[in-house]
Amino acid sequence: MAFVTANWNPLGDAFYRKIELYEMGWNLKDGLRDCLVAAAPYGGPIALLKAHNRCSPSARPQLEIFSSSGLPLASFPWKSGVVKQLGWTVSDDLLCVQEDGTVLVYDLLGGFKRHFSMGNEVSQSQVLETKIFHSPYGTGVAILTGALRFTLATNIDDIKLRRLPEVPGLQGAPSCWAVLTQDRQSKVLVANGSHLFVLDNTACTPVTPPGLSPQASSIVHMCVSFSYKYLALLTDSGHVWMGTSNLKFVLLLFSCRCRRPKSQQPSAVVMWDGLLLVVGECKETIQYHLDDDSILVPELDGVRIISGTHHELLQEVPGACEEIFKIASMAPGALLLEAHKEYEAASFGKCFLSNFPPEQFVSMCRDLRVLNAVRDYTVGIPLSHTQFKQMTIQVLIDRLVYRKLYPLAIEVCRYLKTPEYQGVSRVLKYWACYKVCVCVYLFTPLLYSNILYFVLFLQLLFNKVALNLSKLTPYCMPSCMLVYTVVMYLKNELNRGDFFMMLRNQPVALSLYKQFCKHQEQDTLKDLFNQDDDHEELGNFYVKASYKEQRLEARIAHLQSAVDEYYKAKNEFSAKTTEDEMRLLRFQRKLEEEKGEQLVGFSLHDTMTTLLSVGLHKHAEQLYKDFRVPDKRFWWLRLKALAEKEDWEELEKFSKSKKSPIGYLPFVEVCIKHHNKYEARKYVSKVTLEQKVKAHLAVGDVEGAAEAAIERRNESEIGTVLSRCSATTDHLLVERLNRAKATVAKK
Amino acid sequence: MASHLFCGRVNLNILREAARKDLREFLDKCSGSKAIVWDEYLTGPFGLIAQYSLLKEHEVEKMFTLKAGRIPSAAVKNIVFFVRPRLELMDIIAENVASEDKLQPRDVHILFVPRRSLLCEQRLKEKGVLNSFTNIDEYILDLIPYDGDLLSMESESSFRECYLENDQTSLYHAAKGLMNLQALYGTIPQIFGKGECARHVANMMLRMKREFAGSQTQILPVFDTLLLLDRNVDLLTPLATQLTYEGLIDEIFGITNGYVKLPPEKFAQKKQGEGGKELPTEPKKLQLNSAEELYAEIRDKNFNAVGAALSKKAKIISAAFEERHNAKTVGEIKQFVSQLPHMQAARSSLANHTSIAELIKDITTSEDFFDSLTVEQEFMTGVDTDKVSTYIEDCIAQKDPLIKILRLVCMQSVCNNGLKQKVLDYYKKEILQTYGYKHILTLKNLEKVGLLKPQSTMRNNYPTIRKTLKLWMEDANEQNPNDISYVYSGYAPLSVRLTQVLARPGWRSIEEVLKMLPGPHFEERQQVPTGLHKKRQPGENRTTLVFFLGGVTYAEIAALRFLSNMEDSGTEYIIAATKLINGTSWIKSLMDSPEENLP
Repeated sequence: MAFVTANWNPLGDAFYRKIELYEMGWNLKDGLRDCLVAAAPYGGPIALLKAHNRCSPSARPQLEIFSSSGLPLASFPWKSGVVKQLGWTVSDDLLCVQEDGTVLVYDLLGGFKRHFSMGNEVSQSQVLETKIFHSPYGTGVAILTGALRFTLATNIDDIKLRRLPEVPGLQGAPSCWAVLTQDRQSKVLVANGSHLFVLDNTACTPVTPPGLSPQASSIVHMCVSFSYKYLALLTDSGHVWMGTSNLKFVLLLFSCRCRRPKSQQPSAVVMWDGLLLVVGECKETIQYHLDDDSILVPELDGVRIISGTHHELLQEVPGACEEIFKIASMAPGALLLEAHKEYEAASFGKCFLSNFPPEQFVSMCRDLRVLNAVRDYTVGIPLSHTQFKQMTIQVLIDRLVYRKLYPLAIEVCRYLKTPEYQGVSRVLKYWACYKVCVCVYLFTPLLYSNILYFVLFLQLLFNKVALNLSKLTPYCMPSCMLVYTVVMYLKNELNRGDFFMMLRNQPVALSLYKQFCKHQEQDTLKDLFNQDDDHEELGNFYVKASYKEQRLEARIAHLQSAVDEYYKAKNEFSAKTTEDEMRLLRFQRKLEEEKGEQLVGFSLHDTMTTLLSVGLHKHAEQLYKDFRVPDKRFWWLRLKALAEKEDWEELEKFSKSKKSPIGYLPFVEVCIKHHNKYEARKYVSKVTLEQKVKAHLAVGDVEGAAEAAIERRNESEIGTVLSRCSATTDHLLVERLNRAKATVAKK
Repeated sequence: MASHLFCGRVNLNILREAARKDLREFLDKCSGSKAIVWDEYLTGPFGLIAQYSLLKEHEVEKMFTLKAGRIPSAAVKNIVFFVRPRLELMDIIAENVASEDKLQPRDVHILFVPRRSLLCEQRLKEKGVLNSFTNIDEYILDLIPYDGDLLSMESESSFRECYLENDQTSLYHAAKGLMNLQALYGTIPQIFGKGECARHVANMMLRMKREFAGSQTQILPVFDTLLLLDRNVDLLTPLATQLTYEGLIDEIFGITNGYVKLPPEKFAQKKQGEGGKELPTEPKKLQLNSAEELYAEIRDKNFNAVGAALSKKAKIISAAFEERHNAKTVGEIKQFVSQLPHMQAARSSLANHTSIAELIKDITTSEDFFDSLTVEQEFMTGVDTDKVSTYIEDCIAQKDPLIKILRLVCMQSVCNNGLKQKVLDYYKKEILQTYGYKHILTLKNLEKVGLLKPQSTMRNNYPTIRKTLKLWMEDANEQNPNDISYVYSGYAPLSVRLTQVLARPGWRSIEEVLKMLPGPHFEERQQVPTGLHKKRQPGENRTTLVFFLGGVTYAEIAALRFLSNMEDSGTEYIIAATKLINGTSWIKSLMDSPEENLP
C-alpha cells in the first residue's frame, strides 16, 4: 500500500502511472511482430492475424481472438482473401476488411455473421488502406482505394456508401490520414506532405493548423483522440502538434496515439521503437522503455499497452486517487484508507466522515466489486471506473452476454439491483436465444419452461427488438401457438427440404404443422406426407381432395391416386372400397346420361332405392350383384322401396319370390307404417312363431296375439298382450290370458 | 344471478367473479360506447360468465356476429372483437376492419379468448390492419364455472385434438386453468391420474409451479385431491345411453352451455284470458342448473324415478296452495302472500319439468328405444359381442341415423376389446355402402382413437375389467339407488368406479386392471406451505376434484354426485371437464365428412 505512489510520474500539474493489468495468457511465438492486431476499446477482445505471406498465398494464416488477459476465445484458419485491416465494432463484432473491399463480420467467439461489400469501385481499384472508426451512428469503415479516393460508410449496420471528393495534387498514397467526427458528420483529414485537407461529403478544404511550425515539411502521423475532440499531428521534423484548433505542442517521432484525460491537460503518447513518451502541455515528457513490440490501444482515460507478454495501462492518475494518496490529504477517500489501515475495514472510516451521504460509499463499493469481478483473469475485461461509468452497466452486461458468461451477467445484474427487464430478464432472453440456436431439439425442452424468453427470442427474430418487456406477462401464449410461431418462422428461414427434415424429429411440431396445413396449405400437406412415405395419409388426402372437385373426371382421378396410395400402404380394404366408389360413380354417371335420373353423389344404398322407386329394377339388381350387397339388406331395401311406392302387388310378388332372409315381420311392420292394415295381414301368417305375437299386435289383432302367446306359453308375451287389452271390452280375453299366465307361472 | 354457484361445497362463484372482474377491466379500457363483434362460438361460454346486463353497464350498445364483409352500422365509438385465436377468423376481421368508414374512424379493439397469439397478430400484420387496433388483449377463460360443483372448459373438439390430431393446446389450457384454480383455492396437495393426457397435464402443472416458485399463494387448500382422467381410459361410458333425467334431456334434445331448446308445443301458455291463441313456433329455451330447486332434486335421478318425484312435488305444491283456506288472521294471510312468488315459481318449474318428462317418456317407451337399449346392455354384459349383431344390421338396412349405428358398433368393439377383422370389415362395408363412401375418413378416425379396432392376438380383457370393477350390477335399484350403476340402469361407469376405488380402498387394490387400461397411472404430491396444512375435523369430508380430459357425461356427473351424497363416502366431488359430452356429440366431433367442412 505504501508503494502505491511509487510509480507515479509527475507531468505538469498531474501524475501519470503505468500499471500492469495482466501477464498475457497467450503464448505467441514471435510476439506481435508481423501481425495484424486489433484490440477493442473498453477492455475488449484482441484479434490477431499473422500478416499474409505474399510469396506463398496458399498458406493459410490463423485468425485468433483473445480476451484482454490473453485467454483464447476463438481460433480458425483464415480461408478468405487478403485481409488489410482488422477492427472491432461497438458491439464486439470483429470486422475483417479484405483487399477487394469485402468486409467479413464475425462475432467475438469466431462465428461468422455476415459480409458486405464496400462497393464496386473499391473492389476494382483495391483497398490501399483502411480505418475502422466509431461514430454516433455506430461503427464505420473508411477506405482509401488504389485510385487514391476515399470511400466511407458511417454505420455498417445500415450501409450507405459515400465516395468523398478527390484530394487535389495527390500523386501517391497520402502520408497519413484519419477520420474525424464533427457536427454529426464523418470527415476525413488527409495530409499530403505539409498540406492538410479536410474531406467531407461535398468538398475538399485545405486547412492549416495554427501555429504548426513552418519548417515542418511533412506531416507523417496523425491521431484523433478517443472523444474526437483532440487531434495530434507528428511532423518529419519531430514536432508534435496537438489541439482542437488552437492548442500547440512540439516533439518527436514514429507511431503516435493520442488521448484525452478526464481533467486537466491534454497530453499525447508517442511510441517509438522501444521508447514511449508522454507529452504534456507543459512541454515536459515522461519516458518509458518498452522491451517488446507493443501496440497502443487508446481508451477514454488512458492508453493500454499490449505486448507479447504483458498488458499495461498508462493513465493520468485520477483525481480521486490523487486525493487519497496526497500527503496529508483529508479527503474522504484518504480517511477511509486510513481506517482500513488501522482496522482492516474501510467501512469503519465512515464514522469519521461528517455530512457525507453513505449511498455514494455503498454504490462505489458495489461498482468496484463488479469491476474486480470482470477484470478477473478468466473474464478479462479490464475497465477503469471512468470507463465503466461511460459505457454503462447495460453495455457491460451485453459484453458479458457476448462472451456467453450468462451466470456472471445475472450475478452482476442481481448485485447491482438492475431492474428486472433491463437486467436478469434480458440476460435470460439472450441465454434462451443462444440455447435455442444451438438446441437441436428445438421444441421439447423449451416448450413449457421459460416460455417467456422463448417468446422474446421469437420477437427478436421477428425484428421486434424494441419490445416493451414489462407488458409481456409470462406464458403469454398457448404452447401450441408458440410452436406454431416457431414453425412458421423456421418455414421462412430454412429451405423446404431442411424444414421438413427438422419437422420430422419434432412430432408435436409436425402434427401441429399438419393441422395448420390442413386449413391453410393443402399442397404442403401432401408434400409432407410424401416426404414421410405416409401412403395411408396420402390416400386420405386424395379422398378428401376428390370431394372438393365438381367435375367427375377430376374426382375419379383423385380417387385413383388414393387407390394407388392405399395399395402402397397395404391397406387393401381402403383401396378396394375406393375402387368401389369409383365404380359406383361411373355407374351413376352412365345411368344419369341414359335415364336422366339424378344419381351422382348418392350412396350405394340411396342409389338402389332411387332406382327401385323409379322402376329400374334391373339396374338395382345389377348393383346388388356387382357390389355384393348382403341379401338381408337388399330385401329390406326392396321392401321399403315398394312400400314407399305403395306397389302392393309387386310387394306380394316379391315376398313370394323366395324365402325372405329377414323374415316376414318387417313386411307386416312396413305395411302398417304405410297405414295399410289390409296388406299387413297378408304376411302375419308367414311370420315365425317367435314373432307372431308382435305381428298380431302390429295389425291390431289382440285376439290373434293372445292365441299365439298362450300357445307359446310365454309369460312375458302374455304380459305384453295383457297390457294391450282394455279390461272393459276384452273381458273374456283378459280372463283367459290371466289363467294362462297363472298356469305358465306354476310350472 | 349466479346462485347456482354458491350451493356446492366449494364456492365456485369466486372463480366467476374473478373472470367478471377481468372482463369489466377490459371493457373499461375501451372508453365510450361500444359494439361487440362476437366469434359466435364464444357467446355460449361467455353467457356463463356475464349476461348482457353486465356488458350494458359498461356501455356495450350493440352486438354483432363476426361475418365477412362490413360490420353493420352502429353509432358507437368503439368496435371490439371477441374472438378465438384462429387464423381464419383473422382474415374475416381484416376484411371487417378494412371496410370501416375512413371518414368516421372508430377505435377498434381485439380481445383474444383464451390467449393472444403471435401467429394471429402476424396474420393481421400481413393483411395490413394490425396498426388499426387500439388495444390487443387476451381474456383468459380456461375453466368456466358451470354449476355449483361443475367446471367446464367448453372446449368442443378437445378429444379430437388430443387423440386424433395430436394437438395438445387444450391440455395446456387445462393445466393453466388448474393453476388459476389453485391460485384462488390453494395448492392441491395430491394429484392422481390415469392416461397419457393426464400425465401430460400433471407434468405441465408441476413445471408451471416450479416456474412460479416464490409467488405462491397463501391460501388454505380447499381441494385435498386432484384426479386427472383421460377419456380414452373409459371409452365405453359415453357410448351408452344415459338414463338419468338430465342425461336423457341431453341425449334427446342436447344441452349447450347450460341451456336446452325444446319443441314448443308442450309449453303453450295456458294462462287465463289469452287461451287458444296461436302456438309459439320458436323453440322453448330453458336454463338448467341447480338454482332451480326442483331440477336440482330430480336431475340426477334415474328417469324411471322421476315420475314419482314429480307427482310427489305436485302434491306438496297444491297442498301449499290449499293453505290459503286455512289462513284466517291477517298475519297468516300476509305470511301466505309473502310465500306466493316462491310457490308460483315452483309451480311453473313443475309444469316445465312435467312437460319435459312427458316428451322424454314418449321416446323412452318407444320400441326403438327399448330395442337399442337392450342391445347396449347385452354388449355391456358381454353377450354375443364377437358376432355381427342382427340388430345393428337391421338398423343399417333401414338407414337409421349414422351416429346411432356408429355408437353401437363402437360399443361392441370396446366391449369386445376389438372386433374380429371379418366382423369389423363387414360393418365398415355396410356403413359405407349405405351412408356413402365419404364416411371412410370418419371410420378411420374412429379407428385412430381406438373406438373401433380389429381384435389383436391379446385376450379380450373387458370381462376381467367388468368383473373386477363391478361394472355391471344385475339388480340396479332405480328408485332408491345404493350404487352408481343406477345411472345406466345396471352399468356402473368405469371412470366413476375408478374414482370410487381411489377414495376407498385405493388404486393399489386394482393394479392389474389399471395395467389393462391405456396410459400410465401415477401419483404426485405438491408441497403445501407450512402452516397451510389442513387440520381435518373428525367427520369432515375430503374434497376431490375430478378432471375429465376429453369430456364427461351428465350420467357420470350424476354418479359422482351420488357418491358425494352417500352417507359414509367421506369424499365430496367437484367435477371439471374439457366439455360436457354425450355419445352423439362425441362421435360427431370425430366425424370427418368432406362435404360439410365444420368450422
